[in-house]
Amino acid sequence: MAILNQLFIGASMGAVLLLIALGLTFTFGQMGVINMAHGEFIMIGAYTAYVLQGVGLLVALPVAFLIAGALGVVLERLLIRRFYGRALDTLLLTFGVSLILQQLARDIFGAPNVGVTAPAWLTGGVGPLPYSRIFILVLALACVAAIAVYLTRMRQGRRMRAVMQNRQLAAVSGVATERVDQLTFLLGSGLAGVAGVALTLIGPVGPSLGTYYIVDAFLIVVAGGLGRLGGAVIAAFALGVLNSFVEFWTDASLAKVVVFAVIVAFLQIRPQGLFVLRTRALT
Amino acid sequence: MFLVVALLLLAAPALLPAFRLELLAKWLCYAIVAVGIHLAWGRGGMLTLGQGVFFGLGGYAMGMHLKLADAGPGALPDFMVWSGVETLPALWAPFRDPVFALAMVVVLPTVTALLLGTLVFRQRVRGAYFAVLSQALAAAFVILLVGQQGLTGGTNGLTNVRYFFGLDLYDPAGKRIVYYLVLGALLAVFLAAWQLSRSRLGRLLVAVRDGEDRVRFLGYDPAVVKTLVYAVSAAMAGIAGALFVPVVGILGPADLGVVPSLEMLVAVAIGGRFSLGGAIGGAVLYHYASTGLSETFPSAWTYLQGALFIAVMLWAPRGLAGLLASGLSLLRRRRASPPAAPAPEEVPA
Repeated sequence: MAILNQLFIGASMGAVLLLIALGLTFTFGQMGVINMAHGEFIMIGAYTAYVLQGVGLLVALPVAFLIAGALGVVLERLLIRRFYGRALDTLLLTFGVSLILQQLARDIFGAPNVGVTAPAWLTGGVGPLPYSRIFILVLALACVAAIAVYLTRMRQGRRMRAVMQNRQLAAVSGVATERVDQLTFLLGSGLAGVAGVALTLIGPVGPSLGTYYIVDAFLIVVAGGLGRLGGAVIAAFALGVLNSFVEFWTDASLAKVVVFAVIVAFLQIRPQGLFVLRTRALT
Repeated sequence: MFLVVALLLLAAPALLPAFRLELLAKWLCYAIVAVGIHLAWGRGGMLTLGQGVFFGLGGYAMGMHLKLADAGPGALPDFMVWSGVETLPALWAPFRDPVFALAMVVVLPTVTALLLGTLVFRQRVRGAYFAVLSQALAAAFVILLVGQQGLTGGTNGLTNVRYFFGLDLYDPAGKRIVYYLVLGALLAVFLAAWQLSRSRLGRLLVAVRDGEDRVRFLGYDPAVVKTLVYAVSAAMAGIAGALFVPVVGILGPADLGVVPSLEMLVAVAIGGRFSLGGAIGGAVLYHYASTGLSETFPSAWTYLQGALFIAVMLWAPRGLAGLLASGLSLLRRRRASPPAAPAPEEVPA
């Protein structure tokens, strides 16, 4: 029973990480942008849920998606678009953005953490499994399904995949790559906002909320393979479950070290991640 | 230029009050880290986001010895008593020996970097992937330090280091000697980096940064080059960390995590990652501004910091050193040929 419980905690943590990593894997995979400010979109989503907690969680979800997504597009238009081809520089650039956003949150909402009360219909649970964590799991799977449909069935999604595989070729075939980039940022940042709302069900909300999750999310992207939906799903759940079991058997501080070692070991077998986009390019 | 700076630094103990001198010594520690970052990132293109780990390994190796020496033979360091540890952990025992501790200052970071570098670079994991991994290492390291309270002093880290091999660190004379130690280490590291850049390895390193595959086709192994230089930069960070302990008296996770590691890197970016002098100057300037402004205007400093990163990346990717260099060459050109129109570009046939 303890094992089942631990499995469930790991899976729901993996679900949150998956929501975060989904956005990253596309912005990283398609544009080569290492967006450190992605964590702050999570934070913005969480504060949206905090502000809207009287109205309801189901309203907060789309609102957080739109706010975080809009901010993502603004960031892309104003700054990141000048940095294509300079992936490593975007990291420092977006770290600056992330500092500013964190300080803004600190000045608006105060430095201490705030709590969001879960809505009444999410209190309680099935046996030891709380409804709130089940909700997160369902939410993440729904988002994955929506993204999968978007990528395979819809024209915009197919364009996105085309740009991801080969930007120049997509451009000469008539895909407006700039528009696709904006849409990718809207989607990716919006998903981070949704993840932020989900996180309020697990713990308190603070200005530096995003920094706790961003490193793990990047690891998932690396382990899953850039821009690969399936890879992100498997890597996220594997990391969540592994983390929760190592925490259970040893202690929380060792878990991160073990997870890191496992990922480095895994990269020995598959240096490009779980699923590789096969191309003939040398690098 | 170099001479003026060197003379000023040499004369600093006579010019500055003890408190200022301690701060300057702290910034110079960061400058030592910056030299390593210049090698790894500026010359080698390896964006290492986890220098705090190596800084911490060196620092804890030194700090553990100093804490044990402070406690005296057979006694336990203060924080272990507070957290209820009764016998000295086996991990700590060898650090009683000063030679072992001093060796570990360099060995621990070097071996960690060699291990990670071999595993990662050999599999051609590079660029952003490497950056992400090194950052994850920093995150894991700090969580480990905080979690193992009885072994590492937890969130507080190692505090109240008072004596450094018989020197009283609360005494201005002791502070002065430590300052000269830091300055000497910086000079040694500076010369080492300069020599390395001029050597065959240094030129290969730049070649690997600019075209890893071409270097491989020429018959070299880029993984070896990168791993070696990564280890050198780690060793430099370790030395800096070890000196940081007697200078500041405290070393804890707050000095080592993801954000401090990024700050070490950003300081180099602002000064100019491609230039050795720029990296050192950037580190000193950045931490000077950080100490001065973060205490008086914490909120405004964070905004300024963020804006600074953005501005540097947007308009001066080569940092202050790059701005200086292009300014100087502009001046020189104007002086050399006042009326001449720009020479027509040669058109390749």
